[in-house]
Amino acid sequence: MNKRTTEILVGLFVLLGAAALLFLALKAANLASFTTSGDTYVVQARFDNVGGLKARAAVRSAGVNVGRVTGVTLDPQTFQGLVTLEISKAMAFPKDSSAKILTSGLLGDQYVGIEPGGAVENLSAGDVITQTQSAVVLENLIGQFLFNRAADSGSSQGE
Amino acid sequence: MNFLQWLGRRALDVLASWGHGAIFFLELLKAVPSALGRFGLVVKQVHAIGNRSLIIILASGLAVGFVLALQLYNTLTNFGAAESLGLVVNLSLVRELGPVVTALLFAGRAGTSLTAEIGLMKAGEQISAMELMAIDPRKRVLAPRFLAGVISMPLLAALFSAIGILGAWLVAVGLIGIDAGNFWAIQQNGVDVWRDVGNGVVKSMVFGVICTAVALYQGYETEATPEGVAYATTRTVVTSSLGVLAMDFILTALMFSTP
Repeated sequence: MNKRTTEILVGLFVLLGAAALLFLALKAANLASFTTSGDTYVVQARFDNVGGLKARAAVRSAGVNVGRVTGVTLDPQTFQGLVTLEISKAMAFPKDSSAKILTSGLLGDQYVGIEPGGAVENLSAGDVITQTQSAVVLENLIGQFLFNRAADSGSSQGE
Repeated sequence: MNFLQWLGRRALDVLASWGHGAIFFLELLKAVPSALGRFGLVVKQVHAIGNRSLIIILASGLAVGFVLALQLYNTLTNFGAAESLGLVVNLSLVRELGPVVTALLFAGRAGTSLTAEIGLMKAGEQISAMELMAIDPRKRVLAPRFLAGVISMPLLAALFSAIGILGAWLVAVGLIGIDAGNFWAIQQNGVDVWRDVGNGVVKSMVFGVICTAVALYQGYETEATPEGVAYATTRTVVTSSLGVLAMDFILTALMFSTP
């Protein structure tokens, strides 16, 4: 085969491979969404219990993606879960916004939901959200339910 | 006593062949920089190794995507999770099936032809002729092929994964009727570029090194007879397939064991 034809075919092959990688990165993975650190700001939130929240989980407000969880650690002083959130710069939330750990669907992934407050000032980089609602732990819920039932039946027998 | 002698000799033989292979690999790596200087040779080999493997890689990728989507849909609907079909197909292709199946196909399609070509060059005494003319066959023959294999493999694996996902899309959206927007969105939420796609590319590069180095070694060290070449070709497929599978386990444990 002609040398030039070979070179053109090889160029085409490399181009196809690069296009496939680009497709995997942009269309089938999260490069297009929140991975650039330039246009985000970082805040932290303290939770009594983070449940099954993991790094890379979504941060949503009113169900819309606004950022990503970048780290989950335990605060050695207060023994609370310290969750680091990376939120898009375009989304400014009031300073008294609250954060909840929610589950998408019954068995879905856990994510952080932000509910905007009413303050005039906005959250800025490095702030800590203190108004939080922990993840719902099923075992605690069942334990509480059983405890209430036992308490109810105990009080009805005493009367 | 005889048995002990035999066992000892076998053990030493195995050790010697490993050492021989390791030295061959180091000498191959030493020859690679000179191949970078003569890139025309590499381009020619990328054509022989990469372009000619395209059809089988694309056809297999499409078939794997089709079948994965059909099979997973049956199982996932049992758990009410049919929506996450795209994510499961994507992760299994990008992390595992893409690099591994591509490497196995590559060993069969390109590795064998490399072994046979170099084995026949050796049988026809072309390698010795080069050495007589003071041309280092490692630099002229082996290094460009090695480089071409290492370049081609990640590209082929990426094409395999991409066409597999497109195949799954065809079945899931076209045939089963899963919502197309959801199909892509759930993938973008669950697949990380560096952790999943990036590690897949690293895997396929390692597999490229294994498959090409094994094929070249078997060809270069073959007995210069027709049976020798046939035997070496078989060994290429067996050794590189086993090497890829073993290495895949180690790489997966290193890359994906921590959540």
